[in-house]
Amino acid sequence: MTIQQLEQKANEIRQDIIKMLVHAKSGHSAGPLGMADVFTALYFAVMNVDGKNPAAADRDRFVLSCGHICPVWYATLAHAGFFPHAELATLRKLGSRLQGHPHGEELPGAENSSGPLGQGLSQAAGMAYVGLRMSAKGGSASGGKQEPWRVYCVMSDGEQEEGQTWEAAMFAAKNKLRNLTALIDRNNIQIDGYTEDIMPLEPLAAKWEAFGWHVLEIDGHNMREIIDACNQAKAIYEKPTVIICHTIPGKGVDFMEYRYEWHGNPPGTIEPSGAPPKNEQAHIALKELRTLGGKIRSEHE
Amino acid sequence: MPAKLTDNLFAPDIKQVPIRNGYGDGLMVLGKENPNVIVLCCDLTESTRSQEFARAYPDRFVEVGVAEQNLAGLGAGMAHEGKIPFITSYATFSPGRNWDQIRVSICYSGNNVKIVGSHAGISVGPDGATHQAMEDIAMTRVLPRMSVLVPCDALEARKATVASAKFNGPVYIRLAREKTPQFTTEETPFEIGRAFIFRQGKDCTIAAAGPQVYYALQAADQLSKEGIECEVINLVSVKPIDEPTLVTSVKKTGCVVSAEEHQITGGVGGAVAEVLSRNFPVPQEFVGMPDHFGESGEPNELIAKWGMDSKAIIAAVKKVIQRKR
Repeated sequence: MTIQQLEQKANEIRQDIIKMLVHAKSGHSAGPLGMADVFTALYFAVMNVDGKNPAAADRDRFVLSCGHICPVWYATLAHAGFFPHAELATLRKLGSRLQGHPHGEELPGAENSSGPLGQGLSQAAGMAYVGLRMSAKGGSASGGKQEPWRVYCVMSDGEQEEGQTWEAAMFAAKNKLRNLTALIDRNNIQIDGYTEDIMPLEPLAAKWEAFGWHVLEIDGHNMREIIDACNQAKAIYEKPTVIICHTIPGKGVDFMEYRYEWHGNPPGTIEPSGAPPKNEQAHIALKELRTLGGKIRSEHE
Repeated sequence: MPAKLTDNLFAPDIKQVPIRNGYGDGLMVLGKENPNVIVLCCDLTESTRSQEFARAYPDRFVEVGVAEQNLAGLGAGMAHEGKIPFITSYATFSPGRNWDQIRVSICYSGNNVKIVGSHAGISVGPDGATHQAMEDIAMTRVLPRMSVLVPCDALEARKATVASAKFNGPVYIRLAREKTPQFTTEETPFEIGRAFIFRQGKDCTIAAAGPQVYYALQAADQLSKEGIECEVINLVSVKPIDEPTLVTSVKKTGCVVSAEEHQITGGVGGAVAEVLSRNFPVPQEFVGMPDHFGESGEPNELIAKWGMDSKAIIAAVKKVIQRKR
């Protein structure tokens, strides 16, 4: 896919996120919208994954640590062919494979279950350790490649407040898990407010460097930068890499952008200052994504 | 027929072995048998008896440092890749510290991880209440998909370790630090999901797990001299629990005493009561920790003071038999 095609895909995924959330009547809005570009890049330009063969032995592993942004994951997986697109309408409904927070066993393409924050990086490190240190390298399982499959782990910035995140960070650095790439959604919001008010994370890059990781900082809405950073991580041999993706929460929907009120609420359920009336929010959000689209508008700006 | 036990069951010089040693022995069996078995430990390699495995199979041993939450998550990730991780620490720390990780990363995710909690029970002794895991059975058996094994001696711990590697699903194995009688034999049966009758009797059932199984046998021996015949059941598989063996026994005896080195709340006694209240309700007395924290002291002093020895079991049997009438 070209960069333009990837941006178009991300826009479609954002529209699906709005539709899913409106249908579900609950769930998280800001994080999923903000991470649509990163997820699109990972699934359509970076990772070796196949929606028709989700259990392929040499696939790259993807671990979502911050389970609450699963609407973007589900929408991306559907677009990547892991399950039927129509299934997105079942989010959070009785009997659905699309649980309110991910249940890895049920969902094609999901390696883990998540929700309680801070658990993903440990699991990703466990997978990466087996891939790097406990598997036969260069054999048929890895397609004859010298490097084993890679592990990608998406974390939120809020869960940098969890101690387990740093336990896992130490372990991955000690064991030089070069096949592990972590991506942090640095959108600066959490449920109760802005991260630097709730529990300051900065200097976040310096913290990860001090913990022995290779650190990259990028614009999480710039497709080229996301792809380049992931590729650079593949070239770092002696350390795991963390990519701090600076994102705008609610990206693409003007009245949601930067607003922590939309962390845990779907369109139509709250009316923070400056937002349109509840019953018009979904319509306005979809119209904005369809007609203007975040990208086109920003180019005009 | 009761299960075969050692001939010198009540000899003062009966062999004394820490239950945790059986775990180390089991790991060595598995090291040879199954290349997928790996061991993770949190800075307690010697005392949890993971040392020998770590030396023999360094490529399959992972030192995690003092980080029990990460321990559980790593285990989950490695199990996801087809390994059979034994994540090892003291029971107060794992599952004590990392219950959420065990719940979500291991049980809910269906990851085949074995959780080994050593130094469980008040018999840890001088280390004091912080290090005496008295809640771990409750914490683990409440989790869907989890199996819970509480071996009664080192030999049974070895069998439990080996069997758990062949069992697909999360298993919690509870170990104790102190030397306790080695009273089962190679021939004594063991199977996940089954309880075993160690002594037959008609007047009262004693359902025990861990070191309390031996105390139950001692109690039954004493009581027999007073004309009270107890049936002693080794409830090593606290979950899945062997309902038929329990129910059949109390149908004969009409009452039950549960015995464990754990809080009465939510422990082995609770598991017994859950089975019997649904199938065949009988009077029950609970030998265990009465909703209290422990304290420093010698193991035998603590077991006696807090009423988890044969004397406490004898008193409970007499009381429950009274309630039958």
